[in-house]
Amino acid sequence: MPQPKTLYDKIWDAHLVHEDPDGTSLLYIDRHLVHEVTSPQAFEGLRMAGRRVRCPEKTVAVPDHNVPTDIRRAERIEDEMSRIQVEALRANAREFGIELYDVDDVRQGIVHIIGPEQGWTQPGMTIVCGDSHTATHGAFGALAHGIGTSEVEHVLATQTLIQKKSKNMKVEVRGSLPLGVTAKDIVLSIIGRTGTAGGNGHVIEYCGEAIRELSMEGRMTVCNMAIEGGARAGLIAPDEKTFAYVKGRPHAPKGEDWEKAVAYWRTLFTDEGAHFDKVVVLDASEIEPVVTWGTSPEDVLPITGVVPHPDEFEGGKREAARRSLEYMGLEPGTPLRDIEIDTVFIGSCSNARIEDLREVAKVMEGRKVKEGLRAMVVPGSGLVRAQAEEEGIAQKLIEAGFDWRMAGCSMCLGMNPDQLAPGERCASTSNRNFEGRQGRGGRTHLLSPAMAAAAAITGRLTDVRELMSS
Amino acid sequence: MEKFTRLTGVAAPLPMVNVDTDMIIPKQFLKTIQRTGLGRNLFDEMRYDDDGNENPDFVLNKPAYREAKILVAGANFGCGSSREHAPWALLDFGIRCVIAPSFADIFYNNCFKNGILPIVLPQEEVDKLLDDAERGANATITVDLEKQEISGPDGGTIPFEVDPFRKHCLLNGLDDIGLTMEKVDRIEAFEKAYAARAPWAA
Ligand code: SF4
Repeated sequence: MPQPKTLYDKIWDAHLVHEDPDGTSLLYIDRHLVHEVTSPQAFEGLRMAGRRVRCPEKTVAVPDHNVPTDIRRAERIEDEMSRIQVEALRANAREFGIELYDVDDVRQGIVHIIGPEQGWTQPGMTIVCGDSHTATHGAFGALAHGIGTSEVEHVLATQTLIQKKSKNMKVEVRGSLPLGVTAKDIVLSIIGRTGTAGGNGHVIEYCGEAIRELSMEGRMTVCNMAIEGGARAGLIAPDEKTFAYVKGRPHAPKGEDWEKAVAYWRTLFTDEGAHFDKVVVLDASEIEPVVTWGTSPEDVLPITGVVPHPDEFEGGKREAARRSLEYMGLEPGTPLRDIEIDTVFIGSCSNARIEDLREVAKVMEGRKVKEGLRAMVVPGSGLVRAQAEEEGIAQKLIEAGFDWRMAGCSMCLGMNPDQLAPGERCASTSNRNFEGRQGRGGRTHLLSPAMAAAAAITGRLTDVRELMSS
Repeated sequence: MEKFTRLTGVAAPLPMVNVDTDMIIPKQFLKTIQRTGLGRNLFDEMRYDDDGNENPDFVLNKPAYREAKILVAGANFGCGSSREHAPWALLDFGIRCVIAPSFADIFYNNCFKNGILPIVLPQEEVDKLLDDAERGANATITVDLEKQEISGPDGGTIPFEVDPFRKHCLLNGLDDIGLTMEKVDRIEAFEKAYAARAPWAA
């Protein structure tokens, strides 16, 4: 009997080019996604050394972090640094023969949304990008890592990455999710349980009934935040849903290749009895809609809870909680449902896919954004935007009072014009609530798209289940 | 990465201790999209006054040192932040060797990644080189990495130590990418087998 392997072991072994005695390995990279912020010096390095991109056909480039989301952005990007970075990406893509989805291309969008959408992302692949949320692609059973600029250059030049193998961690979510609870609540609850360092040094495989029952969009939301749990990558074994999602996409295998690919993809699961270095089990029926109250993604509580007191924590976390609450402008003991918000942001690579927008539209049905609230929806890609328009979702959201934007990272991070003002409080479907992440002094509460919609209606953090029963 | 074998050039004296990376390249120059072009702002705050005019007293502005290839400096050179922009700026100016009694760790490592040779010497040897360097354009020094030897303008030589693996990388111009490129046969073999096994991915 061969040694039972985990899914991670199998993908790793299938891409091992070389291994040194000390475990330092050269791993083959199947797909490389490139965006404007972390790539200019890497291309510059290639030029200086007179190197070419080894496999331009396995590389795709898209501007997303810096781009404004107003409709006139294709004419001109006002901010000079941003404009230069976007222009540099354009020039580099042309010079090195890489496919680019430019700002005026309907396929443009957040790098982690367009990868799966265009079929670049496939089960069993190794995928990298100079961006920590590359873990998103793990939802397809692909080993996907974020990398630094010098590594971007390394992959461009050699199509490989120097790596040491991580440990295996299993997170199992048993049973089915209750009504009103979504993928975002699962992953935030996991991070609440394991902490932001819980996955350090590990690759997490998410499994169990609740994960299996998620759509591909939901699975991407879960894997997207593996990095917030400290893990290098998140993985979900591919199944029929995965194959159905990939099938027919522009870069998906076709014809005979498709048959071969699916046959191989069916072998991508963790063998019975394979070893995990760490195991965490959650019961789906105990998960509630959650929100974050602090400035770390682990500062998460069910919406039915109250703002905690720093004294409830121990060690360094006590001081961190004190600082968080001061930054967030919150008093211990305040019911989370009483926290009033100024802004709702629906977007980011966590939650800007079509299903997320459908969820928002469902909660908004027959309701309006509260008077005076700033509420924006930023689709994850031009194609998501187009589909939402076709399904009539866009029209409904606009009528309900949402600002309907062009695709990009937008208010997920303060690098483009969509930013929070100091002290502005936001219910956000993004993935990071760090100090200043959405703009200097901005206050972020992370939550699901359904919960964000509920907050848009009432103007405060709200239990979406109340709106569902009425 | 450019090879480093034997370097002959003018050595500029900078007898300050604790030259930090913010002095080497201030943070307002980090927003660049390039690794090159930073040489103009190397030691920016010491090199230029508030109006952007050159400060004639700063060593690299003196006629004799404008083409310097070697820097002789004080202890703990390169301390501060980990920015790789510091070695990028030195390299872009044309400096490929820094000699000092000690270096900050990250900067020291970053130098090797960028084809710059940092040499640690005892203080009295550094002082001797500083004296040589004071003689300006008349003071060309040769650094021979193969022999691990510095020869001064008067013919005297000073031996130095360097890690054998790093020496190998510099002599052959190998950065991480260069090292991986040495395994290109294995990458090609992998790609061939992979194309047979998983044609849709290859
Ligand atoms: S949406 Fe946010 S998390 Fe995702 S890639 Fe953009 S900036 Fe990063």
